[in-house]
Amino acid sequence: MTLHDITATRRGFLAGSGLVIGVAIAPKMLAAAPTGVQAGGDAALTPMNAFVKIGTDDTVTVLSKHIEFGQGPFTGLATLVAEELDADWGQMRALHSPTDNKVYANLSFGLQGTGGSSSIANAYEQMRKAGATARAMLVAAAAEEWGVPAAEITVEKGRIKHAASNRESGFGAFAERAARQTPPAEPRLKSPEDFVLIGTELPKLDTHGKTNGTAIFTLDITPDDLLIAVVAHPEHFGATVKSFDDAEARKVQGVVDVKQVPQGVAVYADNTFAALKGRDALSIEWDLSKAETRSSEELAADYVRLFREPGLEAANNGNVDEAFKAPGLQTVEAEIVFPFLAHAPMEPLDAVFIKAADGSVDIYNGAQFPGMDQTVAAQILGLDETKVRVNTQLAGGSFGRKAQFGSPYMQEAAAVYAASGANRPLKHMWTREDDIRGGYYRPMYAHRMRGAINAEGQITAWEQVIVGQSIMGKADLDETSVEGASNLPYAIPNLKVTSHNVPLVVPPLWWRSVGHTHTGFAVETFVDELFQKIGRDPVEGRLALLTEKPRHAGVLRKAAEMADWGGQVPEGRARGVAVVESFSSYVGQVVEVSVGPDGAPRVHKVWCAVDCGIAINPNVIKAQMEGGIGYGLGAVLFDAVTLGKGGRIIQSNFHDYRSIRINEMPDVEVEIIKSAEKPTGVGEPGVPPVGPAVANAWRSLTGAPVRQLPIVNIVSA
Amino acid sequence: MVTFTLNGQERTFDGDPDTPLLWVVRDFEKLTGTKYGCGVAQCGACTVHLDGMPRRSCITPISMVEGSEVVTIEGVSGKEADAVKTAWAGLDVPQCGYCQSGQVMSAVALLQMVPKPTDADIDGAMAGNICRCATYHRIRAAIHNAASSMEG
Repeated sequence: MTLHDITATRRGFLAGSGLVIGVAIAPKMLAAAPTGVQAGGDAALTPMNAFVKIGTDDTVTVLSKHIEFGQGPFTGLATLVAEELDADWGQMRALHSPTDNKVYANLSFGLQGTGGSSSIANAYEQMRKAGATARAMLVAAAAEEWGVPAAEITVEKGRIKHAASNRESGFGAFAERAARQTPPAEPRLKSPEDFVLIGTELPKLDTHGKTNGTAIFTLDITPDDLLIAVVAHPEHFGATVKSFDDAEARKVQGVVDVKQVPQGVAVYADNTFAALKGRDALSIEWDLSKAETRSSEELAADYVRLFREPGLEAANNGNVDEAFKAPGLQTVEAEIVFPFLAHAPMEPLDAVFIKAADGSVDIYNGAQFPGMDQTVAAQILGLDETKVRVNTQLAGGSFGRKAQFGSPYMQEAAAVYAASGANRPLKHMWTREDDIRGGYYRPMYAHRMRGAINAEGQITAWEQVIVGQSIMGKADLDETSVEGASNLPYAIPNLKVTSHNVPLVVPPLWWRSVGHTHTGFAVETFVDELFQKIGRDPVEGRLALLTEKPRHAGVLRKAAEMADWGGQVPEGRARGVAVVESFSSYVGQVVEVSVGPDGAPRVHKVWCAVDCGIAINPNVIKAQMEGGIGYGLGAVLFDAVTLGKGGRIIQSNFHDYRSIRINEMPDVEVEIIKSAEKPTGVGEPGVPPVGPAVANAWRSLTGAPVRQLPIVNIVSA
Repeated sequence: MVTFTLNGQERTFDGDPDTPLLWVVRDFEKLTGTKYGCGVAQCGACTVHLDGMPRRSCITPISMVEGSEVVTIEGVSGKEADAVKTAWAGLDVPQCGYCQSGQVMSAVALLQMVPKPTDADIDGAMAGNICRCATYHRIRAAIHNAASSMEG
């Protein structure tokens, strides 16, 4: 497919989309700004409702209110529609919906947004209803046209049929007439036992374009006369520009302008290389008076000091203080320090701005909270919100990075566009260095754990103190700091969990699985150490404390069974196990580990069992478990963003912020627990168990508990 | 002025000779399948074929490309390319998809050189291509499938 084709299909799509919510885009802009939306074909598309359009060529295009950056909402949401529409999978397409915080709200958030592994969970009924509504309207249209009772019409695999009169049609022929029908007030939904598409391994809708280079991401949008902008950022958090000299930068061939913006110094050029070269040629003096000047090591020492201070109470069951005073106890203690983690999505943050003839502005970006991006951009550009359209694009990953309250990235991008004078289309892009050093990290945390074991070998008390930044910016208890710990699944009679919110200028953010990235590790390694102390098998020990938690127990039992837990393990290897619930999905994992040639853990195999309720697409669920395992494993083995002496950010690119690579990726086997529960998410829940499972295997293999991450630092220390 | 062949067509570039091939292909030739991921040859998202060999275009100045043949994801063809793309689709390898042009280009080059690669061959050829979605498990399987499909 050429750019011309993309432009043409984009035009075809927009011709239809205007009917849905009245988004008008100046026609001139269309030719200038081909976008990557996966259009439903050249045919005219008729909207059935806000989520479903039917083409004259029989294609069904689902408007995804959730951004597609790898977790599969295009395929998942289209499956839900297709199921109730009785469509054929081959006719299904998906596009990003326009931005609208009401029509396209995430029903779990109350505004449009993707995150918290919520896409399928919140849209499960909504999208099925959208499909069922469209089906009812098509049937009504066919009944009208054919002059037969609607009740006698059947729909199967995209064909509308009336058996008695031997009539049959595709959807396209009835699309316009269907759109004029009154939608049913309460469309009838199928019973799960009648599902024909849900639960099957349908091929993903976005695979083709992502295999042959035709999928268009924000970075690929290249309208004519495009200006490229990059910003020089400080190497310390909280630093601001004191002064700068741009004389050398302006000499670079292709550099058009240099401007100071609140976030740093922006260089504008006719092409990307000139922008980067110009940025390198800047000479900037930074004001560090409000910057963080402590190193990570100093921060950790400050965090650990807070263990002894009274914290915010997150859980307090029984009486922990009394329980630790009981005679004849064995106690186990552990302190674990977690580093800052960058998300490092493959596509660094970027956005394209194009002004239309009427002065309104189109923004193209990987928008995880598009409505928020729209509000922020409108404020900075001095435009009414209705004059700013956020066109969500395929994004090269996110892992939480693109979901930011207050849209700080968009604040920078819009400021850069505004400072340019907004006379030319502009692409603002971050480099990998901007990304690794850009903050909004998974915060540093320190955990202190204490456990009590009585003479009978029972765990009687558990105390956990968690110190770190509040991702939500709260002064009181932040649930995201303690989730997974305050609701400890294990039946331990005395439980106390407290937390301390640490103020820091390093901006924090959720990172794939949020609080569970550290609470899962702390809880699952510590409970394992307690079982070791008791001399109890880690699987049996957990199951004995999970009698009230059947779904935890179910995935744990399944993973153990898949791995033949207790069976023969190859010489020089050891196994570890962990089970974590996150985002209402349950994942158990068993890993097999040896000491690699470099002295670091080599993970050979992961057996993973997941219970996410009704499985919409097992293929996507398995892919998310595999990917979550790789993402979590890479971080636990290799990754930390560290502040060096004086607070300077040490890491800058993939050479020192290592990503897991193919030679380090274990073999992964996934099984999905059959369930009739409502579907829950899979984008994040694969991540939390792998780290502690590896640490548990490592302790079993070497005798050394993992008290500090990443593991590679301990090994090389 | 640098003259080279891009996907079989002769092209010229008369801008800054230090400009990396990546930005010539993307900004000037408007072929956007080749991606930027790191700029320092660490991630492989920018992999193209230069005179038949996989090459990180982000660190390849255009001045080095004089007289060479460049093939990008948009132009890669032949039985290995067909086999790889088919195998990729068969296993639904991509997640976000951003790195996959580079993965495909590296995999095609591997199969052109080693028609029946072992796991160690795959590690050697593909370790330079980062996938943050960690689709590695399926990449490995897809390369084996592509190799098998070319046997018959």
